[in-house]
Amino acid sequence: MSAHAPADGYYVPHGSYWPIIGSIALFLIAIGFANYLHDLANAQYIALLGVALLLVMIVGWFGSVIHESTHGFYNTQVDKSFRWGMGWFIFSEVMFFAAFFGALFYVRTFSVPWLGGAGDEVSTQAMLWPYFDAVWPLVYPPSDAHTLSQTAFDIPKATVPAWGLPALNTAILLSSGVTITWSHWGLLDKNRLQFIAGLFATVALGILFLSIQAYEYGHAIHELNLTLNSGVYGSLFYMLTGFHGLHVTLGALILTVVFFRALFGHFSEHQHFAFEAAAWYWHFVDVVWLGLFIFVYWL
Amino acid sequence: MSHATTASHDDLHAAPPRGLSRWLFTTNHKDIGTLYLLFSLLMFLVGGTMALVVRAELFQPGLQFVDPLFFNQMTTMHALIMIFGAVMPAFTGLANWLIPMMIGAPDMALPRMNNWSFWILPFAFTLLLSTLFMEGGAPAGGWTMYAPLSVQGPPSIDFLILAIHMMGISSIMGAINVIATILNLRAPGVTLMKMPLFVWTWLITAYLLIAVMPVLAGVVTMTLTDRHFGTSFFDAAGGGDPILFQHIFWFFGHPEVYILILPAFGIISQIIPTFARKPLFGYSSMVYATASIAFLSFIVWAHHMFTVGMPVAGQLFFMYSTMLIAVPTGVKVFNWVATMWRGAMTFETPMLFAIAFVFLFTIGGFSGLMLAIAPADYQYHDTYFVVAHFHYVLVPGAVFSIMAAAYFWLPKWTGHQYNETLGKIHFWLSAISVNITFFPQHFLGLAGMPRRIPDYSLQFAGFNEISSVGAFLFGLSQLLFVYIVIKTIRGGEPATAQVWEGARGLEWTVPSPAPYHTFATAPDNKAMSAAGMLPAAEAGH
Ligand SMILES: [Cu+2]
Repeated sequence: MSAHAPADGYYVPHGSYWPIIGSIALFLIAIGFANYLHDLANAQYIALLGVALLLVMIVGWFGSVIHESTHGFYNTQVDKSFRWGMGWFIFSEVMFFAAFFGALFYVRTFSVPWLGGAGDEVSTQAMLWPYFDAVWPLVYPPSDAHTLSQTAFDIPKATVPAWGLPALNTAILLSSGVTITWSHWGLLDKNRLQFIAGLFATVALGILFLSIQAYEYGHAIHELNLTLNSGVYGSLFYMLTGFHGLHVTLGALILTVVFFRALFGHFSEHQHFAFEAAAWYWHFVDVVWLGLFIFVYWL
Repeated sequence: MSHATTASHDDLHAAPPRGLSRWLFTTNHKDIGTLYLLFSLLMFLVGGTMALVVRAELFQPGLQFVDPLFFNQMTTMHALIMIFGAVMPAFTGLANWLIPMMIGAPDMALPRMNNWSFWILPFAFTLLLSTLFMEGGAPAGGWTMYAPLSVQGPPSIDFLILAIHMMGISSIMGAINVIATILNLRAPGVTLMKMPLFVWTWLITAYLLIAVMPVLAGVVTMTLTDRHFGTSFFDAAGGGDPILFQHIFWFFGHPEVYILILPAFGIISQIIPTFARKPLFGYSSMVYATASIAFLSFIVWAHHMFTVGMPVAGQLFFMYSTMLIAVPTGVKVFNWVATMWRGAMTFETPMLFAIAFVFLFTIGGFSGLMLAIAPADYQYHDTYFVVAHFHYVLVPGAVFSIMAAAYFWLPKWTGHQYNETLGKIHFWLSAISVNITFFPQHFLGLAGMPRRIPDYSLQFAGFNEISSVGAFLFGLSQLLFVYIVIKTIRGGEPATAQVWEGARGLEWTVPSPAPYHTFATAPDNKAMSAAGMLPAAEAGH
């Protein structure tokens, strides 16, 4: 059967084995990781096998989608489904970060001040850790205030200041938001050079951001002694920036794929949903970073 | 391209592939709906068995059958399996089967992802159930996984956390599919305000899912890192707070209870008009009430935490916002009753379940209102009164709606009428035994019996005995349900396309059983008018 013209109705693919492979991959990752946490020998290889299988699935699955797309199976309605899908997927990602931002605001507004004696008729501080100073960023966790010799936590020498590398990284990520938009304009104007150069610049800025972030982590861990084990400040700092970094990595990977697809001429000014989805995702990690910069590093 | 084709006319007559690969690789919304529903039934029986272990132990005071740790594993696993394995997949199965047919769409918007959403679940529950055989036992700290118990708990907690991540991925993809389908695949003429209420309630449920499942993922991730990577989210010694867990968890948890009930509201809103032979009273107020409930569900979470020591201002806020939910819920109950008012009613099994739903869910709503009153909740908190409350909204609420839906649409799915006499017997057995089980638990709670304890004082013995007898009766009655379903799948009186005299909607315009592919082309005027979706003038009356 030959490819149907787009007008032929909504495309419903026939059976596919990629989803079940994806389920097996997730299962392997989960049992591998959980057993690894409990020191089962070689469990990490089960998890890595799962990751590999997941990658195979992604390549295979997206491969079929790209094939179907470039062979004209998709009409504008299918395109719209992808748009709704990607849009609400990004919304769900926003809510994932919201959980961690919520924890940050709760800790800063409630739990740390309460531990420091704030609130009416609350004797938490007197009963638990009378010498605890409720300051933010929290360098001395409550149980370690003034007992540095027997600390259970990694007490940092300092926290990471906003107006150094983080500010530079903010500028880098915001510029990458500009370059991806510039690239989009190039695509719409049929300016292939601008389109591809913009994409290349965005990926390069993303990699630069990640390198600086990795350097900053190294500096914080080895020189400042700021770790996941530095009390709740370290916990929030690394979990928020860490998950953000993972998402930047994912975004950069998506953009890299889009870059190569652009080189192969997969996109036209009318049909380039994959590019737009990658751009939306990139703007999303951009906005999350702004929140991080303001509430984790700066204020 | 031999491996792919559009849902064109040829496909309409294409038989589904045979054998196991049909079910493993399927992208067909009806196949996937069936998989979800069968999986849900299986989990319902597994989770139900665990509940019976609990009720057997509670039949008499003292320890009889199981040790306390195993008892706690049973209560925890029962809840997790019933919520994530039975009720949510049942609703998703119904969404799969019904939404495309109800809006005149050829399938779900993203059919391959639909397959993935389902096939994650059997793996996730294998992972979860495997914890029963682990050193230290399955999770036993309650399905709410409160810190610090969950931070200090046995290795199985990590398996639970990863299983929850898998279920979350499944739910989010399922919800995105529902949203894309409803917003993008409605046939011409099926405007938003003409959609059947089941479609509306699922659209709103899907938004709740994509908003809160990631939050659950976030909070269990914090638990995981607190357990293994040195973070102190829930550790006051590090500046965190175990109460923080409860806040984030219930920010997910309260919308979750509406995820478990809004689709039920949709089902009941389909069934009551059918058997009252009247259009639904107050259609648009039903839509707005559902949306209001969904909105309010995000600002009431701390009513689960009145006793943790919140500031009074917080308690008052969460008390009043919670009580506010009674308004849109009241609108719904009023509309269902008004729909029946002066209707030409008949009482087939789905209608019986629907009417029981209206009565018994409302009892659960009232006890919820009592629990919402902060000063009163100090008494009720963590007692059997809470257990009675949420079982009234979940068993004769959510579960009855699922059974009503099964009887209502089984003829459409299978092409066979179920045995009405057996259906009615199943209904009366269930309706009576569910009340024998859960009504006495109100008294036990008010008298002070704590939940999640395998032993109790002697004065609670009588009501516990009654409750356990009811539970076993209810459990056994469900075997009759399984029998009826299997019997109907295998044969029975052929069903007509419309099935029920008063049935309106696009799904009743296609033959029974529904063909493998429906609405590859949009429904014509005849179908639209039969479904009541055309103004009379256009329909040529
Ligand atoms: Cu609640």
